[in-house]
Amino acid sequence: MTADTDVLAGVSPTPGSKKPDPILIATGVSRSFGGLKAVDVEHVEIQRGLITALIGPNGAGKTTFFNLLTNFDEPDSGDRTFEGKSLNGVAAYKVANLGMVRTFQLTKALSKMTVLENMKLGATGQKGESMFRAIFPFLWRDQDNEIESAADSLLARFKMDHMREEFAGTLSGGQRKLLEMARALMVKPKMVMLDEPMAGVNPALKQSLLDHIKGLKADGMTVLFVEHDMDMVQEISDWVIVMAEGRIIAEGPPKSISENEAVVSAYLGSHHDAPLDFGDDE
Amino acid sequence: MLAGILTDTIRGLIGDQAIYFALAAIGLNIHFGYTGLLNFGQAVFMAAGAYGLSMTVVTFGGSFWVGLFVGAFVFPVILALVLGIPTLRLRADYLAMVTIATAEIFRLIARTPGLDKWTGSSDGLSGFARDFYDLSPFEPRQRYLFNLFQGNQMWVFVVGWITVGLMLLLTYLLINSPWGRVLKAIREDEDAARSLGKNAFTYKMQALILGGVIGAIGGMIRAIGTQSAQPDNFITDVTFFAWVAVILGGAGTIFGPVIGSMMLWCVLAFADTAMRQGVSSGALPDWLLTGTQVGQVRFMLVGSLLIFLAWRRPQGIFGNKEEMALDDR
Ligand SMILES: Nc1ncnc2c1ncn2[C@@H]1O[C@H](COP(=O)(O)OP(=O)(O)O)[C@@H](O)[C@H]1O
Ligand SMILES: [Mg+2]
Repeated sequence: MTADTDVLAGVSPTPGSKKPDPILIATGVSRSFGGLKAVDVEHVEIQRGLITALIGPNGAGKTTFFNLLTNFDEPDSGDRTFEGKSLNGVAAYKVANLGMVRTFQLTKALSKMTVLENMKLGATGQKGESMFRAIFPFLWRDQDNEIESAADSLLARFKMDHMREEFAGTLSGGQRKLLEMARALMVKPKMVMLDEPMAGVNPALKQSLLDHIKGLKADGMTVLFVEHDMDMVQEISDWVIVMAEGRIIAEGPPKSISENEAVVSAYLGSHHDAPLDFGDDE
Repeated sequence: MLAGILTDTIRGLIGDQAIYFALAAIGLNIHFGYTGLLNFGQAVFMAAGAYGLSMTVVTFGGSFWVGLFVGAFVFPVILALVLGIPTLRLRADYLAMVTIATAEIFRLIARTPGLDKWTGSSDGLSGFARDFYDLSPFEPRQRYLFNLFQGNQMWVFVVGWITVGLMLLLTYLLINSPWGRVLKAIREDEDAARSLGKNAFTYKMQALILGGVIGAIGGMIRAIGTQSAQPDNFITDVTFFAWVAVILGGAGTIFGPVIGSMMLWCVLAFADTAMRQGVSSGALPDWLLTGTQVGQVRFMLVGSLLIFLAWRRPQGIFGNKEEMALDDR
């Protein structure tokens, strides 16, 4: 990972710092629920091709910020750009088509569809998704077969190929997380946003999830993920962003973060008993 | 006497009502069964078909064939857009409220005496189906299919079931396509579909239009079969029967709505004839049941059947129990 962190070697470890090649930029993004300011981010940049971790105590606004970045929620104010294109007013489904795909903290595996159907749903630009072409299978059958083999090879990579015909509703929590991540890859995204991919996953699966996340980077994707377990964050991330009470309070390489005063006190403020592993959600 | 019960029951099973409601239910099944849209106004789509046809011919003097096009496409598509555009971006219950209200508003407007020139008010419109019956290969005065139907009924029967077959084929093709896969995803979790780049609003709109058009075709065949379009043919009960057919047969299954509709009218016809004959022959004593009560009691029987089904087979006749159980996880 040294080579990657080198890219950010000259970047100052301060909130809102400029990155050499940002894929995603947010400026002045805020969102209130009633009187509560859930997100109030002045400026943040995510470096292309790296794994960035977004950490922070429960209720810090991480999920809300994810929703604002992917347009699943609309900010009260603020600008987001993805690959230089403004995301302001862009529909959430179009953001996915631009190449930024997200997963959800509460997994959204489609339980009444099989694992394979879940996967095939993820492919974009499907001819058979047009209502009129759908009636004529010969117009889309070939493409559908290609999509199916792409899905099968991803499932094999995620070691889920033996479950392809099972309803997703029968999978364990950890398997659903895996499926949701694999499904997101069917979109062929440039950037993957994972909201607590490791939550509720048993230790054995956790390691393989970690390897898959590293694999995304190896394949050239940018990853932004929310995580609590500091060991995990240390192991796979190239850069860490810390949120508390809606704001970004610290940024930096993973090693420096656990020693950061502001971070430690933010965590201590909400989790008195578990400062070092940074607590756990749920 | 038993022969009378039998023929009436069979007529219920495969007759005109089973056809109209099979079509209404196929449409509703696309709405609810596959997309999760709560349409509580399928009657107004049926009415759009009936009035699209009859108004084109009677009010505006157009041809029957133009009327078919207006009834099957123009009216229901406009209606679906009007109902869907303001509601499909909101939570599912908004469509439910708007469809209930629209169905009643339509019926009341169609009844308004001031609009007699256009809608025929409460008498409705008639005399628009001649071109249809002119094409009939059946002799009107003869009886067909073991004396079950007169010639004209037989013609409606043939065209009606062919239409049902075509709509089932269309549903089958669509649901087993990538388009159908997106619908099922939206039914379960719209946000998941959106996160994968699917424009949920457009798909819901398409589903609303498609199911509405199929319901309208059902309403149109009803108007042709009865040779009239009347506001009170499209009361809220009509929507209700379509729902009963979908749930009885199994929501989200291809054949469920058709089998559900056939069962519904079969049970109603059987109960009706059997009870009436029981009353008139004295087998059912007066203190238990009188002839005028039969009409209501048969609906009580259908209600009991539904309760029994909800208890023993909540997924409907065709539904998949394992699939249904996945809801609870
Ligand atoms: N839809 C909502 N309505 C009201 N309050 C909300 C809503 N979503 C989030 N919040 C509040 O915003 C704050 C941030 O929540 P969230 O983004 O889920 O935090 P995190 O993901 O960091 O745990 C919390 O206080 C939460 O209660
Ligand atoms: Mg969260």
